[in-house]
Amino acid sequence: MTREDIRTAVLEGLSNIAPETDPTSIGDAADLREALDIDSMDFLNFVIALHKRLQVAIPEVDYPKLLTIGGAVDYLDAKLA
Amino acid sequence: MGEFVMPSLGADMDAGTLTEWLKHPGDAIKRGDVIAVVETQKGAIEIEAFEEGVLDRPLVELGTKVPVGTPLAFIRTAGAPAPSPVPSEIKLPETPATKPVAPPIAVSVAPPAIGRRVSPAARKIAAEHGLSLEGLKGTGPGGAIISTDLPQAARAAEPRAAKKPGIDLGEMRKAIAAAMARSKREIPHYYLSHPIDLTTAQQWLADINAGREPPERILLAALLSKAVALALHAFPEMNGFYQDGAFRPSRPIHLGTAIAIRGGGLVAPAIRDADTLTLDGLMAALRDLVARTRAGRLRSSELFDPTITVSSLGERGVERLYGVIYPPQVAIIGFGTPAPLPRVVDGKVEPRLMMTATLAADHRVSDGHRGALFLLEIERRLQQPDTL
Repeated sequence: MTREDIRTAVLEGLSNIAPETDPTSIGDAADLREALDIDSMDFLNFVIALHKRLQVAIPEVDYPKLLTIGGAVDYLDAKLA
Repeated sequence: MGEFVMPSLGADMDAGTLTEWLKHPGDAIKRGDVIAVVETQKGAIEIEAFEEGVLDRPLVELGTKVPVGTPLAFIRTAGAPAPSPVPSEIKLPETPATKPVAPPIAVSVAPPAIGRRVSPAARKIAAEHGLSLEGLKGTGPGGAIISTDLPQAARAAEPRAAKKPGIDLGEMRKAIAAAMARSKREIPHYYLSHPIDLTTAQQWLADINAGREPPERILLAALLSKAVALALHAFPEMNGFYQDGAFRPSRPIHLGTAIAIRGGGLVAPAIRDADTLTLDGLMAALRDLVARTRAGRLRSSELFDPTITVSSLGERGVERLYGVIYPPQVAIIGFGTPAPLPRVVDGKVEPRLMMTATLAADHRVSDGHRGALFLLEIERRLQQPDTL
């Protein structure tokens, strides 16, 4: 899976939990919670979606690494490598 | 012969628009079956049957806005006489299940495709462009239709719209205003506040979740709700309704759960019988409720009778929430945002994860002394998370 594929998975995961927003419009370094008004339930659903789609383990202690689009892509890319 | 009426879904609802029949004349109805969908200030609500029988003729046409209490259809109970003939002036909708509602009287909402979940954004776009959602392939969660499933031409115009069908935020604001104005006018609130140490509970949750895959993980919100539900067993004066000059306690504990709508707005549907659910069961109910609230698809029973409300600010908020009671309820619990703070434990200052819990309760029913004991009981329960 390429980095671009991972990025697509992240963006689609975000637009599914926050369909009213446009995740492509926020920067790679923006805090998702602030930029998309995401709460802990939304975030859990985002993690569930990535876990199912990419078949990677995402322990709770790693959640802070997934708080930006750039961070999430880096994290998942490393996990899948 | 029973009547199936437009139900009241809270102190702030006086009318609703019938948008969809999910059962048809002649269908057998069980208690709890979803019979119809009604568009309200709180989004599209699935209306459930309260009795068994056979659905008889509809009395109201699709697209009609009618006051609460208006009969929508007859329900024939077992052994009841055969259906009365349909009067000629009542037009039966032909194949109502598959035919989109003809855009009548200012219905600002696209009818949802039958049995389909549709994201609010997709609904909004479809409504604005008069698109039918029939035959579209949904790629969202559970096959839901999301905005990217709509034809490109429609999506291009997406950003200009401000209104969000499914949930009309303007209408929702009116509903909130009506309920809260009534609360402030009628209910003599008293307020209490108490800091709760969540260090133990948080650590317990982290340990549990470490051994679980994401779909099975539990959020702190579920733990807080369970603690409130169990604490209520000893405080019946906080659980029920103040109506017609008297308090009517409720034996079931239906935990109204304040859920924010992105972009503004708030609904507090119930987790029914929350005290009887396991922590996993309560977490599942909470996830489902949040998803359906945000999609604008709640069930009538969830809005009909919450017996108390819990409002949590979550991770991004402030220390303390001063609740306004949702009438005719008599109490609301507020949970502030947990934060690490210095606290004296066994004579030493330690960093602990602290959360401020508040109670606003109705002085016509209870006093501050009992309210204080109630908050202490919630605190006590949260110190023993393995018993929740």
